[in-house]
Amino acid sequence: MTVVEELVPETAAPVEALPEVPDVPRRIGGLTRSGVLSLFGAAASGLCVAVLLFGELAPFSGPLGFTLTAYVSFLGIYAVLTGLEENGQAVRDRVMTIVLWTAATLLFIALTLVVGFTAWRGREALPHGNFFTQDMQASGPLDPLTHGGIAHAMLGTLIMITIALVITVPLGLACAVYLNQIQGRFSRFVRTIVEAMTALPSIVAGLMVYAVWILGLGMQKSGLAAGFAISVMMLPIVIRAADVVLRLVPGTLTEASEALGAPRWRTVWHVVLPTARSGLATAVILGTARGIGETSPVLLTAGFTAAKNLDPSAGPMVSLPLAVFNFVKSPEPTMIARGFGAAAVLMALVLVLFTIARIIGGRGPGHLNRRQAKRAARASRRDVERFAELHTPGLSLFDAGQGKQADAQDTRPLPAVPSGAEPEDAKPAVRLTKPRPEAEPDTESRTATREEPPSESIPGENSGENA
Amino acid sequence: MPRRANAARGLGDRIFRYQLTATGVTVLAIMAAVGLFLLLRAGQALRTRGIWAFLTTAEWQPDVHNFGIAAVLTGTLLIAVVAVTISVPLAVGTALFISDVAPRPLRRTLVTMVDLMAAVPSVVYGLWGLFFLQQHVIGLSRWLSDWFGWIPFLKVDGAQPGEPLASQSVYTASTFVAGIVVALMVAPIQCSVMREVFAQAPAGEREGAYALGATRWGMIRAVVLPYGKGGIIGGTMLGLGRALGETIAVYLIISPVFAIQPHILQTGSNSVSSLIALHYGDASPFGMSALMAAGLALFLLTLAVNFTASSIVARSRSGAQSEA
Repeated sequence: MTVVEELVPETAAPVEALPEVPDVPRRIGGLTRSGVLSLFGAAASGLCVAVLLFGELAPFSGPLGFTLTAYVSFLGIYAVLTGLEENGQAVRDRVMTIVLWTAATLLFIALTLVVGFTAWRGREALPHGNFFTQDMQASGPLDPLTHGGIAHAMLGTLIMITIALVITVPLGLACAVYLNQIQGRFSRFVRTIVEAMTALPSIVAGLMVYAVWILGLGMQKSGLAAGFAISVMMLPIVIRAADVVLRLVPGTLTEASEALGAPRWRTVWHVVLPTARSGLATAVILGTARGIGETSPVLLTAGFTAAKNLDPSAGPMVSLPLAVFNFVKSPEPTMIARGFGAAAVLMALVLVLFTIARIIGGRGPGHLNRRQAKRAARASRRDVERFAELHTPGLSLFDAGQGKQADAQDTRPLPAVPSGAEPEDAKPAVRLTKPRPEAEPDTESRTATREEPPSESIPGENSGENA
Repeated sequence: MPRRANAARGLGDRIFRYQLTATGVTVLAIMAAVGLFLLLRAGQALRTRGIWAFLTTAEWQPDVHNFGIAAVLTGTLLIAVVAVTISVPLAVGTALFISDVAPRPLRRTLVTMVDLMAAVPSVVYGLWGLFFLQQHVIGLSRWLSDWFGWIPFLKVDGAQPGEPLASQSVYTASTFVAGIVVALMVAPIQCSVMREVFAQAPAGEREGAYALGATRWGMIRAVVLPYGKGGIIGGTMLGLGRALGETIAVYLIISPVFAIQPHILQTGSNSVSSLIALHYGDASPFGMSALMAAGLALFLLTLAVNFTASSIVARSRSGAQSEA
């Protein structure tokens, strides 16, 4: 709750009134007792009005209309109740707060309904073990749920998404690095195109692969083609998300690395990518979740089969969403139950991926959780000890903060650092600075600066503007 | 002598640069190939039919060379418009709720939920719309058409107002139902774009508004909404782009008609993507070319919408950085 310490003059002539008003902070939002009471009062009377209208007075019917009537009368009554003791502005504020709550609640109710309904209808098919181990080769639409399953679709999804990831991850991440590292008119153009392609209709991706791979090259519909189609669809999504994450890498880190004389590729490999690792993983996983759930590119390129097919290069293959799609087109209740079962499995898969993405990602680059921070601090301490033992000449670069930078530059040729830098050397150097980018020009003794456990509360917004 | 920060140093750097540029070119080539190959394959159909006839014919009989996208394109646009009309209030409301109203500890969870909603596969939304939403929405459709049937696009042919036992089937599989489902799919995308922009509204101006005695809604109206206008427009258009291209959910819900169907509550609708999904299996080579032409039209449409959207969002963000 934002609290502004400012008194609110009730009247238009505040000059004389000022000393008399007690200096209490004004509350913005939050609940007062009378607010809660009028909320409940309005809710009760809104409900009563709806019951009256629907049950007694007017020829209305239907749960949706009932809810709507109840809600509208609730809003009106709440406005009147608030108006009894507040001015017009406050009434508008209260009513709009309720409206915003409603919008958010509606959206989340819809989400719960979508997920819950799928899981609920999937309950018929899911308890059968054979649902996960068999394919549909020997089972027809009339067979009970104890026959047949979606093993072929699960394997198909796995194979297709693997193909898509093999293509998307290197290409997507490299392209994101390109967009960040190499400035110029061409890379701006690539970024514009990629951004516009993020909302490429998925069926167009399927159509394109169909045109090139199946019509153009004369190949058959297969898992490989479907993997390509999913890649075309996922690629812009992954690039865009990774680009955003890379842009958040603090400029101070890359500048520090540059100042040590590292060539650009070492900076990227040892500083930029490790710093953004969790964000990049999140980008890839979220792209995967989208790719797994996409039906239409697979529909055009994979064909359909009821049998297990482990060879992506030949023969039709089926994925989970495609299986769902085909099951529910059948009028048989058992097939529809299978469709919902497969949809529930797909949903669970997406949920798992999403949770993993949130656990490893979710923070901006440079933000560490407690364990990571401890590990980084430990690594720094080890490095400091090792440096102290070695007394390497290059080390005094770290002490150069006391206004003697010019000295250090003259006496220690820069290449000394990168030439001796194995990956083990460079990574800790990153970790040293990662949690506290602003510790760089520190003039205190280095152990004190390095060993301080990094604070977690650095706002990510501070470091995001450099792009 | 100062070293140029962007200059390549040594062989390693030069190789690195070339490789990165090569990936950039590859990605661009893939993206360009989408348009190029569609155009190539669509050429035959477009040459035979002529662009104008292709855009103005409602039927789809490619094998007798009588086809066009007038009906499906109208359907696509109608579904998208219905979807955006429903989703924008939801998205703006939720975004404002997350950025300004929700209790602080709740906000991160809410953001995660919105993102999760965007990750739910479209086929799941389609199932939900077909088996759950449709029967609950029919009442609303009926009420709308009974009371507002005089508005042209809410009219339903064959509806019998005041006849309680009349068949409900004239209201099923309509543009309206498909639009609601697509609205739920695009709302989270719009919401996350808008929330990002709202969150960037400068704290100084927010506090200033409060200090002048504004209520929270007053502050939102005076600071957050004007500031986030670009985000709202851009997010809306991004959602529109997604709504135009949605395939499976729409395919599952609508029953396809090949005539321009402006009555959104009435059964029967169509969209470019579901046309492709419907006909790709049994298409002759020429029919396939016609489908490619339809796909090309959809591609160009979404591309135009997305370009506009992303440039609006980018402009609204660029101003944010100076004051944040």
